Amino acid sequence: MLPDDFRAGVRAALPSLLGLVPFGLVAGIAAVNAGLSPVQAVGLSFVVFAGASQLAAVDLLAKDASLVVVVVTAVVINLRMAMYSASIAPYFESLRRRWEVVCSYLLTDVGYALSIAEFTDESDTNRRWYYLGAAGAVWAVWQAATVAGVLLGASIPERWDVGFAVPLVFLTLLVSDVSDRPRLVAALVGGGVAVVGANWPLNLGLLGGALAGIVAGVLVDGRGA
Amino acid sequence: MTTTYGPLAIWAVVLVVGLATFAIRYSFVYLFGRIDGVPPRIEEGLRFVPAAVLAALVAPAIVDPGPTLAATVLDDRFLAGIVAAGVAWYTDDMFVTIVAGMLALWTVGAVL
Repeated sequence: MLPDDFRAGVRAALPSLLGLVPFGLVAGIAAVNAGLSPVQAVGLSFVVFAGASQLAAVDLLAKDASLVVVVVTAVVINLRMAMYSASIAPYFESLRRRWEVVCSYLLTDVGYALSIAEFTDESDTNRRWYYLGAAGAVWAVWQAATVAGVLLGASIPERWDVGFAVPLVFLTLLVSDVSDRPRLVAALVGGGVAVVGANWPLNLGLLGGALAGIVAGVLVDGRGA
Repeated sequence: MTTTYGPLAIWAVVLVVGLATFAIRYSFVYLFGRIDGVPPRIEEGLRFVPAAVLAALVAPAIVDPGPTLAATVLDDRFLAGIVAAGVAWYTDDMFVTIVAGMLALWTVGAVL
């Protein structure tokens, strides 16, 4: 039998799992459409386990961008997780090294958000089990959804243009992140530079846009404070 | 579009991105007790990473500057993107946004 706190974690994750399914499907479909073999597509999902960066990597591979650009872009997207790592670290302190490693691998936006809410809530929940329940459920659903997308991918007619689902995923994530003016400025500048630089060599428009957006956000935020 | 990279290059990307991502996730868990959290300046910058990067990924996929403003705006991907952005704003639901965006793309594509 699984401990109660593990099941409590799974239960807390349930509503967000529904949202993960289409995201994972798109990640699987996009990987296969980009020319990755099914094993590579599933391998990407298991090894990296970070949706937005997987989609970005696959998107850039399909465009034959340089490998440095593929790697740098995917890693930059995941930099935000450093914040989660710092924020959740005190609650992992009592764990043994190997559980620290497992819990870190499982760290995602959803897993972090659910667990930190529970941890800061001064309850006597067993943190490891709760975290493993929430983050593990996210992991299992993500892997199942990408595998389903990989299996489905090849059979979707090309004229449906399902590749457009990739920017739609990014758009949904973007809209829910833009919650204040500095973030809006970061998005407008980042997007604007990326459009202007769409034909720059080495996909520099993408990285240049990201960097310009971050700088713009910091500047506007500093002025407003 | 399909990649022309071979299996070796693709596995290299998978491994390097995977290792780097794990290093990011593990970073402060590993460093806990050795340093005092994220330096404030870096934390300030990290807050804007998602908005800036996601916008830089989305915008070129829906905005393709044409010779005139009309040509830029009367484009199936642009119009579908606007519809999807509105739906995302109202529903905050990825599935509904994908469905609305794809339907808008097909509808506009059939009309234009």
